[in-house]
Amino acid sequence: MSINIATGADQGITVNRFTETAIVRRKKLAEFFARGVFLLMTLLMIVPLILIVGYLFYKAAPILSFDFIFSNPARGMRAGGIWAALLGTIYLVVISLVIAAPIGVMAAVYLNEYAKDNWFTRIINLAVVNLAGVPSIVHALFGLGAFVLFAGMGRSILAASLTLAIMTLPVIIASTKEALGAVPAAFREACWNVGATRWQTIRGIVLPNSVSGILTGIILQVSRAAGETAPIMFTGAVFYKAIEEGNVFAYGLLDQCMALSMHLFTISTQVPGVPEALPFGTAVVLLGTVLLVNAVAIVLRVYLRSRKRW
Amino acid sequence: MSNKMQFSIETKDLNLWYADFQALKNVTVNIKDGLITSLIGPSGCGKTTLLRCFNRVNERYGYVTTTGEIKILDKNIYDEDVSLPELRKAVGMVFQRPNPLPISVYENVVFGLRIHSKNRELSKAKSDEIVEKALTEVRLWDDLKDKLKTKATTLQLEQQQKLCIARLLPLKPQVILMDEPCSALDSEATLAVEELMRSLAGSYTIVIVTHNMAQARRVSDECIFMLLGEIMEHDRTQTIFLTPQNPKTADYIEGRYG
Repeated sequence: MSINIATGADQGITVNRFTETAIVRRKKLAEFFARGVFLLMTLLMIVPLILIVGYLFYKAAPILSFDFIFSNPARGMRAGGIWAALLGTIYLVVISLVIAAPIGVMAAVYLNEYAKDNWFTRIINLAVVNLAGVPSIVHALFGLGAFVLFAGMGRSILAASLTLAIMTLPVIIASTKEALGAVPAAFREACWNVGATRWQTIRGIVLPNSVSGILTGIILQVSRAAGETAPIMFTGAVFYKAIEEGNVFAYGLLDQCMALSMHLFTISTQVPGVPEALPFGTAVVLLGTVLLVNAVAIVLRVYLRSRKRW
Repeated sequence: MSNKMQFSIETKDLNLWYADFQALKNVTVNIKDGLITSLIGPSGCGKTTLLRCFNRVNERYGYVTTTGEIKILDKNIYDEDVSLPELRKAVGMVFQRPNPLPISVYENVVFGLRIHSKNRELSKAKSDEIVEKALTEVRLWDDLKDKLKTKATTLQLEQQQKLCIARLLPLKPQVILMDEPCSALDSEATLAVEELMRSLAGSYTIVIVTHNMAQARRVSDECIFMLLGEIMEHDRTQTIFLTPQNPKTADYIEGRYG
């Protein structure tokens, strides 16, 4: 019968159709390995983090208390709490951010939204990228020369904060530019074509749509500013300074201050006979401070997002 | 007779370079008031460039040099005293891909007005009225009147494109430029937008760039054929499509290149 055209060869194909071939098996194997490797790397990243944090808390547990946070170091740093250092760090971070964040964001807005693509802009962009890679000790020396000595601020919270601001500025500019660049060009075109000026475009559309990215970039710099020792060691942080316990306004702008990062460094390496829990407690508080600032920023981000009108 | 006909857009010896590349060559063209004029021609012939000249938005894209004259409503837009925001208010543009702003439908429609009025000058009642009028004019009101608070970027593409047209209307533009407004839409949506364009013709001068020959034929009163930055032919649409004067126009329309 001519209707039955299924020959042997056709049937051979039909039998094999949709079943696994050698090539498919190889692809599946590769897929399995790729997935496995990526998962492994993710775990490799998370496990040390958990171990470090867990270990810190375990070692610090005996000393962590309300008192530890709110009292000054005592008996040559071998007892007492970390109040002066904690408050110093908060001062340094907050002041440096108050200086660096607006300048950084506004500079990035200029570079991304206004600046024409010419040799001058390119040099600035190159400088920003390179400055972000300068080691913090170099910033420290600059701060010592420029703020402490030349500007006559002396070794003070102001000089140290400015140094930290200079250090975080390029990274804030770079990350803000990234966030602004992620806003689709179509939004800007839409604005220009109803006659919006650049500033109206930026305020109405570009900033509201990039604020999360901008804040994320700034948040990351909080941890960096809080953790750095070198820039503040030369410019304003001191080994020991007692302040009024529990008073958040205990430091003045031109005072020297203690700082958690430096305190951690001194009690772990410079002072003999410090009880083991003390440095670990300090580390936990440093970690907690950074997390707290980050949490505030995240809340702010959520709030700003919910405030957008639609 | 022809002197009495008012032209919305007149260009004289318009030349334009992107750095070293000359995109427009001695373009002299008069676009009549209240009609739909389509710009056709193969890719890279300068249609979009010419369109973007009409509200000077070209200047935002890299190194552009322009010589010659463009008069819109009898005013040379390259004059020193021309304010770009005011020009763009009068000459609105609709893009290939609908680009509603990532805010609510309502805010999209009043966005232009807010930009052009002082803070708090726009009362709630007035803006409500404006939104209803603009959305009615683009035939979106019935679909969207209960969705004014939704984010505009979540609408269907057709609605988005109509919204982009509606966004221009509260500013009372004289000219609406459309850069392939239907190329991202399916055939039904295309038809709907074309109908909308027909209903807007008369009140507004519309210039449309299109790749779609059939669309040019369906929608436009006059047609301009461009090739390599020059105007080849400008005539009534019917004439261009039925009895083109220039053999190159004929070849393009019949699909021999493009």
